[in-house]
Amino acid sequence: MDTAFTILLDGLVFSSYLFIVSLGLTIIFGVMKILNVTHGAFYAWGAYTAAFLIGLAANAGWPDWAGFVIILFSAILVGLVLGLILERGILQFMYHRDEVLIVLATFGSFLVLEDVILLVFGVDPYFAYQPMALLGSVELGGITRDTYGLTLIGLAAVVAVVCWAGLKRTRWGKLISAVIFDREMSETMGLNVTRVYMVTFTVGAMFGALGGAYVAPTISVAPGFGIDVIVLSFAVVVIGGMGSVPGAIVGALSVGLVRALAVHKFPQFELFIVYAVMATVLVFRPEGLFPPIKLRKI
Amino acid sequence: MTLLRDRTVQGLTIALGVMLIVSALVPSWIVNQLLFAFARAIAVIGLMVLWRTRLVSFGHALYFGLGAYTVAMLGRFTGITDAFVLIGAAAALSTLLGFLLGFILRRYRDIYFAMLNLAFSMILYGILVKTELLGSTDGFSVAAPTFVGIAFEDAQDGKLALLFVLLVASWAIAVAVQGYLRSTLGRLTTAIRDNEIRVEYLGYSAEHAIHIKYVLSTLLAGVGGGFMALALGQVDPDSMVNWTASGELVFVTILSGPGSVAAPFIGSFVFEILRTYAAEWMPHAWQMIVGGTLLVIIFFMPGGMWALAMRLVGRGKGHGAEGMGR
Amino acid sequence: MRGPPILDVRNLHKNFGAVTAASNVNVSFTPGETVGIIGANGAGKTTFVNMVTGYLKPTRGAILYRSKDITNMAPRQIARLGICRSFQVSQVFVSLSVLENLLTAVAIASSPGLGMLRPLRRPELLARAEEVLERYGIAAHRDQLASALSQGARKLLDIAMAVVSGPRVLLLDEPTSGISTDEKTALMDVVMEALKKDKVTILFIEHDMEIVERYVDRVIAFYQGEIICDAPPAEALRDPRVQEYVIGVEVQPGAGGGHA
Repeated sequence: MDTAFTILLDGLVFSSYLFIVSLGLTIIFGVMKILNVTHGAFYAWGAYTAAFLIGLAANAGWPDWAGFVIILFSAILVGLVLGLILERGILQFMYHRDEVLIVLATFGSFLVLEDVILLVFGVDPYFAYQPMALLGSVELGGITRDTYGLTLIGLAAVVAVVCWAGLKRTRWGKLISAVIFDREMSETMGLNVTRVYMVTFTVGAMFGALGGAYVAPTISVAPGFGIDVIVLSFAVVVIGGMGSVPGAIVGALSVGLVRALAVHKFPQFELFIVYAVMATVLVFRPEGLFPPIKLRKI
Repeated sequence: MTLLRDRTVQGLTIALGVMLIVSALVPSWIVNQLLFAFARAIAVIGLMVLWRTRLVSFGHALYFGLGAYTVAMLGRFTGITDAFVLIGAAAALSTLLGFLLGFILRRYRDIYFAMLNLAFSMILYGILVKTELLGSTDGFSVAAPTFVGIAFEDAQDGKLALLFVLLVASWAIAVAVQGYLRSTLGRLTTAIRDNEIRVEYLGYSAEHAIHIKYVLSTLLAGVGGGFMALALGQVDPDSMVNWTASGELVFVTILSGPGSVAAPFIGSFVFEILRTYAAEWMPHAWQMIVGGTLLVIIFFMPGGMWALAMRLVGRGKGHGAEGMGR
Repeated sequence: MRGPPILDVRNLHKNFGAVTAASNVNVSFTPGETVGIIGANGAGKTTFVNMVTGYLKPTRGAILYRSKDITNMAPRQIARLGICRSFQVSQVFVSLSVLENLLTAVAIASSPGLGMLRPLRRPELLARAEEVLERYGIAAHRDQLASALSQGARKLLDIAMAVVSGPRVLLLDEPTSGISTDEKTALMDVVMEALKKDKVTILFIEHDMEIVERYVDRVIAFYQGEIICDAPPAEALRDPRVQEYVIGVEVQPGAGGGHA
């Protein structure tokens, strides 16, 4: 009983984390058809920026709860600055080129940004524990967990709702949905697709940075921070369907719960089980569990 | 056989002669660089063949690593040290896996092809990292190889012998691949890339052709990995099976350019030298150099180092990454 | 010219969900005849060609080629049996030269299996390719990249590639579309002349009634997925149904354009 609950809880926390990180990736792919490897760098930059600023704030005597504001601020800042630099500086010149080449360009950008972190933040790890320490720990169903980790679930829920409302209710959301559905048609109807791309990429980057920023207080932020999460995000996005927000939820849940199960019950499988699921989905339903609707062009 | 009159083949043969002599004369650290460079180059040739068909695999470290681990584990568990047997085993296993997975992979293109390869490679990575028997994260050491019974007391002599074997193997592989590229099946690479449907309507299965190219690439990756294991003297998951290792192979493929069967050797050697110097002088900028170079090539030099070299030698325009020619 | 049909289509139906693209198509062709397939856009002509060449599977019905059932075969199998086609939008290999385009076609046709490992540029293949280049009048473009060809030359290359394997049945999908009116007859003259020697059964989809009248022995008219007329051209073009459903929306023979 305890173990089932533990698995469920840990799985949910991990899923929430994956969802927030992968959301940006799937939106960018859905709209721009680009598999953005740089996403890992947004994640890392979000973490470093948040950790760094929280440390500064703590030294300056700011209250611990300010950390949460800083996290949000870091996410927006990193997403805006890096997202725009990347989209305007590199991607916009490549939209007419082979999609695999674009992926390689994002891979190159990822590598560059990872090392710029070292230049800007140095090689020593950052540990901005304040927000986490603030929330303490809580006992649930016989097990103790850090409250901070549990708030991830809440954050994921908020993000999901905001995203859904954004896509369905706001003007920009509808524009983005239109482009996801059919880019050419949208262009023909006068939509400024380039601007949609810019907004999409920046928003996606912000979500990626948010994932990193929120996780920063729970772990020592050190060089190499973004590397493992990229491939996991790919798995989430592939399983859920590239470009689908509900798909990202389903994908994150699948990966998170499966992994929690493996960690607790079958540790030897922990690493590879996720990729086994990803491979299986790719083989049987390459478009994912929530594939985009394809119009038949006879 | 017209292959003997092929200019690339003639160039390769001359290069082999030169390299054999040069290797005997250069200091040992260059011998090691050459070993790593050429081992990797063999794997890159395979990726180049795929790339000319517009297919990029983000997971060839699967076969590279499998080749390397085969060599390591055969040595550890059976005591075999003969280089030819070990490499042969590495080739056989990676080809077999490539043949089987090829049935699935041949149906995919573009980003799905890239990612499915990635997924498979990460499965192997996950298994290796978590399995004590297979060395887990530390990996294994690999004993120095023997050559048909001949063992070398001096480690450097052994390395030089290995280099000679590797050079001859590289030459043989390059010539064979050149023959393949000139054959109808090889020329189909470009045709399939341009228009798969037309190929089908002419009477040939594009998937069938892709399966063959895929198996070829896995064979080469396995051989390359095997040689790398012998050259390095050790194997571990992170440097040989992780997605970063696949990324490295893809990077060298792009760096070399698709213009010729000889290109990967040049690109790989440049990569090796670059890495050694960066490790010494700017250890925290290596990724930036790789990333930056990748961007520069994609934007300004799609034909890679080979196109650059050809332009310097005054021979024609570079072939773009997308408009790949002969 | 009478004898067993070389191509026999029986009760062909094709549904795409609620849309009926072909219904009750029954037609057969004798070796050596030249047939024009006409009909408004969406009438079912290309669907018909796609089914015969294996690109689409019919919902119901059968297609027999030389008495062999080819209904569910893949395009490459059907091509090897002797039915080839050209395309409305020319499908060529843009990165290869004109010669290499043809060489590829010849090589695939003549070297199945291990033969594919032999060099592409070998004497027998080169000879055949050069011969076809001459016959179609594109020999001058031999070394040009296919992407650099004019529309008309590209069409000729597209058709030439379909012909190198020596098919018995050739389906041409709008061979003159995209070509200026003056050049249409020039192109068709070249194609028909080149094909005359081999006694190929030719079916071609065409919108220009002048071209149809000039080259075919027989006209088949499609309307809403059904064949509404199957007769020699003079008769077919005067058929009231054809007049209403096909010619009514087509260019009238003799009207518009600078014809001689």
